[in-house]
Amino acid sequence: MKFIDEYRNVELGKKLIARIHQRSTQPARLMEFCGGHTTAILRHGIRQLIPQNIDMLSGPGCPVCVTANADLDKAIASAHLPNTIITTFGDMMKVPGSHSSLQQAKAEGADIHVVYSTQDALQIAQDNPQSSVIFIGIGFETTAPTIAASILEAEQKGIKNFYIFSFLKLCPPVIKAILNLGEVRLNGIIGPGHVSTIIGSHPYEFIPKEYGIGCVISGFEPLDILLCIDKLVEQIEGDQPQVEIAYRRSVKPGGNRRALDLMNEVFEIGEANWRGMGTIPASGLKLKRKYQRFNAEQIFSIDPGPPREPKGCICGEILRGIKMPTECKLFRRICTPEHPVGPCMVSSEGACAAYYQYGVN
Amino acid sequence: MNKTILLAHGSGGKLSHELLEKNLLPPFSNPLLDKLDDSAVFEFSGRLAFTTDSYVVNPIFFPGGDIGKLAVCGTVNDLAMSGAKPLYLSVSLVIEEGLLIEKLERIIKSIKAATKKAEIIIITGDTKVVNRGNADKLFINTSGLGIIPPQLDISGANARVSDKIILSGNIGDHGMAVMSQREGLKFSTPIKSDCAPLNKLVSQMLEASSQIHCLRDPTRGGLATTLNELAKQSNVGITIEEEKVPVAEAVRAACELLGFDPLYIANEGKLVAIVDSAHAESVLAKMKQNRYGTNASIIGEVTSDHPGRVIMKTRLGASRIIDMLSGELLPRIC
Repeated sequence: MKFIDEYRNVELGKKLIARIHQRSTQPARLMEFCGGHTTAILRHGIRQLIPQNIDMLSGPGCPVCVTANADLDKAIASAHLPNTIITTFGDMMKVPGSHSSLQQAKAEGADIHVVYSTQDALQIAQDNPQSSVIFIGIGFETTAPTIAASILEAEQKGIKNFYIFSFLKLCPPVIKAILNLGEVRLNGIIGPGHVSTIIGSHPYEFIPKEYGIGCVISGFEPLDILLCIDKLVEQIEGDQPQVEIAYRRSVKPGGNRRALDLMNEVFEIGEANWRGMGTIPASGLKLKRKYQRFNAEQIFSIDPGPPREPKGCICGEILRGIKMPTECKLFRRICTPEHPVGPCMVSSEGACAAYYQYGVN
Repeated sequence: MNKTILLAHGSGGKLSHELLEKNLLPPFSNPLLDKLDDSAVFEFSGRLAFTTDSYVVNPIFFPGGDIGKLAVCGTVNDLAMSGAKPLYLSVSLVIEEGLLIEKLERIIKSIKAATKKAEIIIITGDTKVVNRGNADKLFINTSGLGIIPPQLDISGANARVSDKIILSGNIGDHGMAVMSQREGLKFSTPIKSDCAPLNKLVSQMLEASSQIHCLRDPTRGGLATTLNELAKQSNVGITIEEEKVPVAEAVRAACELLGFDPLYIANEGKLVAIVDSAHAESVLAKMKQNRYGTNASIIGEVTSDHPGRVIMKTRLGASRIIDMLSGELLPRIC
């Protein structure tokens, strides 16, 4: 398969693995900031292939996982509004909120549609003019441009029954927050491939400058990830931290101008509420004043009550990289993909789900 | 005007009889069915296999098949997986009011073609019509009876350490063919469902060897789920090699695009056989001669390590757990 097989080439992979083993002499701790990377690393067994002195941690990069219970509760509560259709990405359905889940709300009669893109949500709004159609906007810079595009299209077509929750988050600020917390000492960062396709590599320059560690942006195939680790090891061994792109077929230093323009037209930067980390200033995207009529939080009166965290769940610590999924007392015993306690076990990009699905004990 | 199924077609009255006599019975005519008594009555001796399954696929027509073909092949295959020679089938239709009669006719034709291919006859059946919205176009239940040759003992609990695992061909075709037609996810693809009756393939395999320990068709949940079931039932470990598992190019591409793993995608014309290692090559050779086994391959073996678990060796030399399918498959979001 073109554009896939090249990046799974076994011979090249073995060469890269050998080079990493050759180069790596000192202990190194790397963190990936994308849920897609967490899954790919475990699915391809990358941890078993690299030297034991290299430690890999998962960061707060799964869009479903980082959504705070307070926000999730609003979405679930809105599903019970009269004459309302909720549209959401599928991963959100099973995530347990403080008291319920979207899946549960659906079983109780709420009208909830799983969609594959915001365009589908917009179509549902057009097809059901008598209902309010709310899209639950989660994700990072990757999903934000398409959500922005749907707002602009709704504006242009005069669709008056389409609304969104903007729980959108930004990646560089949360990397900074993790580095500022200083709970884990990191020697290098595996930069998110899809986010960087949108924002480019410049927004990460602060990492080597202010924190003295490297950031290498990676794709999602085994060779991409191995190449990224190889570059990080090279930087660590040579003590030359910098921002590099190991995913050049997708990521340009300046990002995707058109997508960025769409985002900037519709959204402005504001604070966001993160699971496990609380409110981080300037880490989220909020609808601009001129698009407030699309803002579900503004238009509907929703009061889900105070959020509650599930007892014993350490998703927050896992998202900060200070605990591994296997260190959670609930992991595999009480918390499973069928009966998830926390979101990291639900999402296909969640660290707990990836360890559950692919981990070798 | 297009003729549609009305509630009265299921009332048991005149319209019901008309539908039966005009559309439903003639294609399947045989002495046991034609009697039209409340039950089919027949003589029988020997070991019987009996199975039932309901079919609710959406959409009812998909590339490579339809709900009718599926309802015959699915039940025939369940019989074949116990080593049984399928003999008789019951077919029960639950039709949603408003279904076009032309569509029903197409499905009946397809049921007929599938029963012919599988050499099985329908000896009893039922038709119900429900209000619009109380079913989705058409649901079909089929039950099947088959006869098992004496001394044959095929069961998911029979896998033994060092047995070989044979897969009859490419995985994921059916699931991705159906997925490609789903509302909101339509994509253009050459993928066709692999829906097929496997009873002849099985009887040829049984001719080649008496040492076939387990047979199972990896339908819902895909190959991964089937291998897990077998590992647990036999309390053995299973190790497979990623590069040995055949996946068609188009299926791989569609899976990559949607974030699916072909190991978890449904098949309707594939089987997994666990065979004594000394017999594996001869069974494989026989399978390759059958049109439904041309791409068969030995994908792994049974181990005493990690009982109850399935491990896959990746192309790069790592290994990972292959767990059962969890929940519904949903595409990734970013």
